[in-house]
Amino acid sequence: MTLRFTFDGRDYQGRNGDTLASALLRNGVHVVSSGIRTGRPRGILTAGVEEPNAIVQIEEPFPEPMLTATTVELFDGLVARGLRGQGRLADRPDPARYDAIHAHCDVLVVGAGPAGLAAAASAAATDARVILVDDQPQPGGSLLGAGELLDWVAETVAGLRAAPEVRVLTRTTAFGYYDDNHVIAVERRTQHLGAAAPAGAIRERIWRIRAKRVVLATGAHERSIAFADNDRPGVMLAGAARTYAVRYGVLPGRRAVVLTTNDSAYAAALDLHTAGVEIAAIADLRSSISASTSPDAAGSEWARRCTERGIEVLPGWAVSAVTGEHRVSAVALRALTDSSSTREIEADLLLVSGGWNPVGALFSQAGGRLTYDPALAAFRPDGGCRQAVSVAGALAGTYTTSGCLSAGVEAGGGAGLITLPVVEEPEAAPPIAVWTLPGAGADAFVDLQRDVSVADLDRATGTGMRSAEHVKRYTTAGTAHDQGKTAGTLTSGVVAELLGVEIGALGTTTFRPPYTPVSFAALAGRDRGMRFDPVRVTALHGRHVARGALFEDVGQWKRPWYYPLDGEDQHAAVLRECRAARENVAMMDASTLGKIDVRGADAGVFLDRLYTNMISTLKPGAIRYGVMCRPDGMVLDDGTVIRLAEDRFLVTTTTGNAALILDWMEEWLQTEWPSLRVRCTSVTEQWATVALVGPGSRDVLAGLAPALDVTRAGFPFMTWRDTTVAGLPARVCRISFSGELAYEINVSWWDAVTLWDELSARGVTPYGTETMHVLRAEKGYPIIGQDTDGTVTPHDLGLGWAVSKKKADFLGLRSFARTDNMRTDRKQLVGLLPVGGELLPEGSHLLDAPELPEPPIRALGHVTSSYHSAALGRTFALALIRNGRALHGQTLWATLDDRLVPVTVAGSVLYDPEGARRDG
Amino acid sequence: MAERSPLADVDLSDTGDRVTLAEVPFLTQLDVRTSPSSSFPEPGTFRTDELDGEATFIWLGPDEWLVVGPPGAQKRLTERLESGRLESVSDTSVVDVSAQRTTLELRGPGALELLALGCSLDLHPRVFGPGRCAQTTLAHTPVILLQRKHCVTTGEPVFWVLVRASFASHLASWLLDASGDLTAGH
Repeated sequence: MTLRFTFDGRDYQGRNGDTLASALLRNGVHVVSSGIRTGRPRGILTAGVEEPNAIVQIEEPFPEPMLTATTVELFDGLVARGLRGQGRLADRPDPARYDAIHAHCDVLVVGAGPAGLAAAASAAATDARVILVDDQPQPGGSLLGAGELLDWVAETVAGLRAAPEVRVLTRTTAFGYYDDNHVIAVERRTQHLGAAAPAGAIRERIWRIRAKRVVLATGAHERSIAFADNDRPGVMLAGAARTYAVRYGVLPGRRAVVLTTNDSAYAAALDLHTAGVEIAAIADLRSSISASTSPDAAGSEWARRCTERGIEVLPGWAVSAVTGEHRVSAVALRALTDSSSTREIEADLLLVSGGWNPVGALFSQAGGRLTYDPALAAFRPDGGCRQAVSVAGALAGTYTTSGCLSAGVEAGGGAGLITLPVVEEPEAAPPIAVWTLPGAGADAFVDLQRDVSVADLDRATGTGMRSAEHVKRYTTAGTAHDQGKTAGTLTSGVVAELLGVEIGALGTTTFRPPYTPVSFAALAGRDRGMRFDPVRVTALHGRHVARGALFEDVGQWKRPWYYPLDGEDQHAAVLRECRAARENVAMMDASTLGKIDVRGADAGVFLDRLYTNMISTLKPGAIRYGVMCRPDGMVLDDGTVIRLAEDRFLVTTTTGNAALILDWMEEWLQTEWPSLRVRCTSVTEQWATVALVGPGSRDVLAGLAPALDVTRAGFPFMTWRDTTVAGLPARVCRISFSGELAYEINVSWWDAVTLWDELSARGVTPYGTETMHVLRAEKGYPIIGQDTDGTVTPHDLGLGWAVSKKKADFLGLRSFARTDNMRTDRKQLVGLLPVGGELLPEGSHLLDAPELPEPPIRALGHVTSSYHSAALGRTFALALIRNGRALHGQTLWATLDDRLVPVTVAGSVLYDPEGARRDG
Repeated sequence: MAERSPLADVDLSDTGDRVTLAEVPFLTQLDVRTSPSSSFPEPGTFRTDELDGEATFIWLGPDEWLVVGPPGAQKRLTERLESGRLESVSDTSVVDVSAQRTTLELRGPGALELLALGCSLDLHPRVFGPGRCAQTTLAHTPVILLQRKHCVTTGEPVFWVLVRASFASHLASWLLDASGDLTAGH
């Protein structure tokens, strides 16, 4: 099938199964991008994720920056362009969906080449739960590029797919390896379909895989050599060229010169020759290679095979020059030992193999060590790892197919359970390590994506740098989005050469996740918008929405903020709600308050230790306000304590601290006071709570609870009654957080709507958190977490009356005697009345002068709460001010925008200081 | 005047053809905190008790169990617990938390995959078979998860997800959204 695509504004056609890179080569496009610093034209170096050069921006169907042309699967309608450096993000919302999934297995195999497939099949044969992930569209790994054992691959994959406990994930890159064998992978599900992707389908899925055992079969990446003009389009890694010819059916050139340090380039040369590429010469940097066709010349089987085909093998020869800026046109070769022996060869392709680097990124992330192996001329996994991980295949330095297969079977744990195909392979000759060719300088690149050359590395070592990490940061080698997959070892090799040290002693830089770039959209997955964090709602949420409430986030809760009527702004709505509560009757959904059932023979003792005030003397039927401090004497939380029975209390916490206080109780019970016989149970959502507030509340309650004696004497302040309200079993508490006559009616969460509707039917005005804040602030009731910040004691808040002087001990007691707690200039909670009627911003600083003094400025304190008051007919604020209670009646100045405005310091209780309204 | 369950207003039917989701409302739920004894299920398990017949005992922690029964059985079950197996235990509490959580029943060939989209536990039948329970998070929401049984006709697992009332609509919305992304097998 023909696929149409556009690259750099020109239309082309590719084939099904192409990558963008293979399709470009198919169309004779060899210049794909340009160097970020040098601007030099750049082509395609590799055929995989390690590509440093062919960086592209996808424009259609949806913009995606900085992808490698070698990994973009071609689809009809693709529009892309080459990039010099960074791309651009989409300027429109991404219509695609992303998600994440958890998976567990006995054996996770990463990589579906010969070793990985054999490992997966072997593990599956043991009845293990197996996950096999591979980043390619189809399994096979290096076998695809070599065209080997494809029948075995197909048969093995079919067997794996049919096995019930095996999951095969293609197009899936394992990019992060974390502790306890937690491996994170990204599956690309619909990108390759382009515009044909089903609407609403998940585009990318993050796999969070927990494996009992991991087999890494991540293979190896070929590396280049640093020589002058090694970045020219047409210079390609030999294995990549083989892959283009064998797997994609594309010839990357017509006439090639090969430069190699090892056997693998011979296999590539032979396959390319078979495919129709003329191989002009193979310059083998190993002078030991014999091209003799004599069968007794050791270690030169590959060279003999080439010679038989008429391919010239030049042992001990190197590349001395590359001609052609936009495409290689000729390659000059020179004998290493005899500089007068030279060749100038016309060629459009220079195939390079500087050796193979085991892909050790995940193994290194797992905590495994990579050590330089001179026999391999590469860093490879060495020894054990703190995690249950093993390595197999090319990652372990095994480069024969038969070796990879048997190592995979061994690693999979099913040795003896599966049969392997027999592979005949020539005896290998050892590779050598070559990092630079003579004359390598400013045009000899080690990192093509960052445009870092041998000259740059020379400059770094010339300044005195001796560590690979320092050189990396100084030159940026290995810091591009390919993370130095082709550059890392080469850089270390060149630096070691410059410093005159062993590369093994120098080492490599550190591998960190992600192995390949991962989109933020994929990482966000489904956790975006309203699903970013759970939203908690009360049983009355639907009623609040229906009344037009605006909502305030309090922790994860949505609480009604205020309920504007038609045409009302926030200011008008809140003033109206405040008036309803102070002058008539109003109600608020208080269900979000934390509720903890505390019971047991020692419950009173326990609460005495937690609260600053005495709880154990509370009579059943009564309620007490209480304050909790941390051991440092600072206020932790406040709320009410209801004594339900001799051994049973119900404690309320602030909305945001419900879970924290339960944990706090459990911590003390479990770790410090295990002898106390106390059990704590959260009942926050067992009960829905409606606060019924205002001088009219008694009549409304009386109408709904005919069995309840609602008289002052019959139902005094700070007591509770179990009764029936609106026909519902209810617990009514005479508590007030507004200073008005008020009741908190608790019913089952299931009954909340019925209660609310009954109250609404009686014309009770609903109010939200903003009005609640105003009402309580008028009374000087602090909100823990708003008027406090972890440095405030009960005494600072004017709650000294709630600190017991009788109890022998409680949390915080000792700290009240600390010098710092005894200071007379501690910040204290006071009221503020802006003289000019301004609404002070919360956080405004307070000064004792009308003009800003010269810095440093020592503020006296800051505003913690600030509102318009309907009852006071003015604005007011609460503030924490140094020695504030001694400043009553004095004038201070508050910062407001870029000016200072005068405020009068007042007591914190601004409304009904006598408390006359509490009993109606 | 009718009681309203937390998901009374949520249409749970639009889950595609691979899972079904239903609220099991108004179950009796009693939180029991007491010293561990052999009369309660082991960590990570639950069982429907023969003595109490109608009650399922769910392990929540080293000294905490949730006893679940049919709607309206709060008083009966509390009395049976307190007069029966908890009688001799002094530091014990039984608290009615029936309205605290609602229960979602999840079943179908896609149930495991749907849970895997939001829960990090291994719920494979080899690990989390019938009778297993856990306190965990699903879609970042704290839940109690039970593998009830295998469906008699299909052999597929049936899960109960007990979720706090305040989180119920968030979780239901997440489950409905995610159920549209289930693959047709792997």
